[in-house]
Amino acid sequence: MLQHTISTTTTTGVRATSPRLHRGEREATILQRARPTNRLAQGLGWFSLALGLSQLVAPRGLARIIGVRDNPRSIAGMAAVGIRELASGLGILTRTRRAPWVWMRVGGDVIDLALLGRAVTERRRRRGDMQLFGAITAVVGVTALDLFIAQRLSRGTDDVAARTRSQKQVATKVITINAAPEEVYRFWRDFENLPRFMKNVASVTMLDDRRSRWVVHGPAGLRIEWDAELVTDRVNEAISWRSLEGADVDNSGSVQFVRAPGGRGTEVWVEIRYDAPGGRMGAAIAKLFGKEPSQQAHADLRRLKQLLEVGEIVHSDSSIHHGLHPARPSRMRINPSRMQKEVLR
Amino acid sequence: MRALCWNGKKNVRVEHVPDPQIIDQHDAIVKVTSTAICGSDLHLYNGLMPTMERGDILGHEFMGEVVEVGPDLQGKGGKLKVGDRVVVPFTICCGECEQCRRGNFSVCERTNRNKELADQLFGHATAGLFGYTHLTGGYAGGQAEYVRVPYADVAPVKIPDGLTDEQVLFLGDIFPTGWQAAVQCDIEPQDTVAVWGAGPVGQFAMRAALLLGAKQVVAIDCVPERLGMAEAGGAIPVHFEEESVLERLGELTQGRGPEKCIDAVGLEAHVGAKHLDSLYDRAKQAMMLESDRPHVLREMMYACRPAGILSVPGVYGGLVDKIPFGAMMQKGLTLRTGQTHVNRWTDDLLKMIQDGVIDPSFVITHTVDLEDGPAMYETFRDKEDGCVKVVMKP
Repeated sequence: MLQHTISTTTTTGVRATSPRLHRGEREATILQRARPTNRLAQGLGWFSLALGLSQLVAPRGLARIIGVRDNPRSIAGMAAVGIRELASGLGILTRTRRAPWVWMRVGGDVIDLALLGRAVTERRRRRGDMQLFGAITAVVGVTALDLFIAQRLSRGTDDVAARTRSQKQVATKVITINAAPEEVYRFWRDFENLPRFMKNVASVTMLDDRRSRWVVHGPAGLRIEWDAELVTDRVNEAISWRSLEGADVDNSGSVQFVRAPGGRGTEVWVEIRYDAPGGRMGAAIAKLFGKEPSQQAHADLRRLKQLLEVGEIVHSDSSIHHGLHPARPSRMRINPSRMQKEVLR
Repeated sequence: MRALCWNGKKNVRVEHVPDPQIIDQHDAIVKVTSTAICGSDLHLYNGLMPTMERGDILGHEFMGEVVEVGPDLQGKGGKLKVGDRVVVPFTICCGECEQCRRGNFSVCERTNRNKELADQLFGHATAGLFGYTHLTGGYAGGQAEYVRVPYADVAPVKIPDGLTDEQVLFLGDIFPTGWQAAVQCDIEPQDTVAVWGAGPVGQFAMRAALLLGAKQVVAIDCVPERLGMAEAGGAIPVHFEEESVLERLGELTQGRGPEKCIDAVGLEAHVGAKHLDSLYDRAKQAMMLESDRPHVLREMMYACRPAGILSVPGVYGGLVDKIPFGAMMQKGLTLRTGQTHVNRWTDDLLKMIQDGVIDPSFVITHTVDLEDGPAMYETFRDKEDGCVKVVMKP
């Protein structure tokens, strides 16, 4: 029943905890303290995006809602404010340091209040009064929230949280394989075996006892290379590695082999930490295309399971070539004995 | 070779495609001698199942002769060898993963090559199936002259001499599917079993229910010849357009309702003015607000006797709406469903065929050449010409 316990947690703070992996407690408490502030900041980011978009898409409607006349001048002003909102929203959501972008919101709030104040003095009819004063009250409230969060973020918790949040993405995956820990360890410890189930890894070459050279297929046909070194090697228990200085994508990882209860084989826990190109946004986009490392780790573990349990990875007719193609026999002549090594993509 | 290929909604064509070849160690190539169109193929034909690609080879009910085996099956006095005559179950299974060892073959953990996709849609992936969307692995199907069968020494059922294709072909899907639907009902001697849908799976479910000892079986449909076929098999026919299903079921059970209900219809329930909810479903489907039309599920929940069992062999693919789950819960009903774990039943059912207990060929109404396949899809869908089951000879 545990055959497919897959835990998926990337990004911020809490993760599915893998056994025997200890994280600094100090860092954890700081993270916990920073989390609500960050979540609020994120909320503000989305709010900015939504408001900015609606100001650009439906300026007249919005003008009516807040009780401002919809003449060309106020419409132009509305669009300008919309662009500013979009900028601060994107900044908050995508940048690692959020504080400056929230301060930008505070500045924006002050401008908005000034604009609304002028609308009050310029009004001729009393019809839009309710909406206008409603809008002012709302902006005052939001300003207070912005100010509060900007101050908290600037007080330094922001940076710690940001470092762990987005520069390093963490992917934890686990699968239960019906094979002894010794066997799984032995297979994994020979790093040159890794390309057999890691879809994106083209090759791993051992340079010496501890160092290896990795070649990986990146997005858009890019070839990414780095050298890695072995950090931990506990026989039949755990292996960890990290990339050396000058790697294209700074990354590290660990794998643990835990004997599964009830004679079910081995739980294989994998944790991968990496610099996501483009930060969180980049990771989110990669996820849409199924190219995000935690998704790839998931699929890789499944292939490892097949390889160790059956000795081969089954191919369907639609998985022989790269990309989407119909489920029908291939025109290419296929050599079954080379299939496992070659046509994995 | 020639194969029936899906080319979009209501567009199936005979195409010339490359012959299949051995790709993995446990593969075999089967030369197809008989292949059938399944009711669930019509969901593909009508474009209701997601993740089809133009050019996919259809078909998951087929049998034939082994003409080539992979390196792992050669020699060793293996279970399968060239020349064997086999029925190939529609579920591809490895036989070794935890689910296979429990007999849950249709949820084999290894054979679905597109697990990521299926995980996203269903939470967990199920087994690979022949010719049935990329969600279930993207395997080329059996409405063709040849098929590549992965894990060929696991699921395929060897057929002894003296039995015709027509007698054994349905061991690969609809016969075990109807059988499992009835077994899931835990039938007891005083039970009334109501079966919605008198298509091929419904026909087998009715006969299975009687063989398993049900007191009476009720067939609910609107196609006279299908109801006639059900009646010939011992069921009580109810024409849902001419009489009220609920009233008839009440009469037949002295007001108690059937103890066991089987949905052999699935996601494309009949749309008709008699059932307002079916019009509602059709409208929502057109607006893409609902993927399946669950009229039968609703009616079963309402009709079933409290503490009864609902068994659903009919195929559903996505989301359903307005399900009277209050009735389901308050009446304490049990719902059992799933793709068929074909190999759980094949040994017993093959023996029943050999012993003459049942001859599954009774459902066949049309036998044609593969070339006529595209036209038969239409005939079968429209239930024209008395069509119940089509067998093609490639």
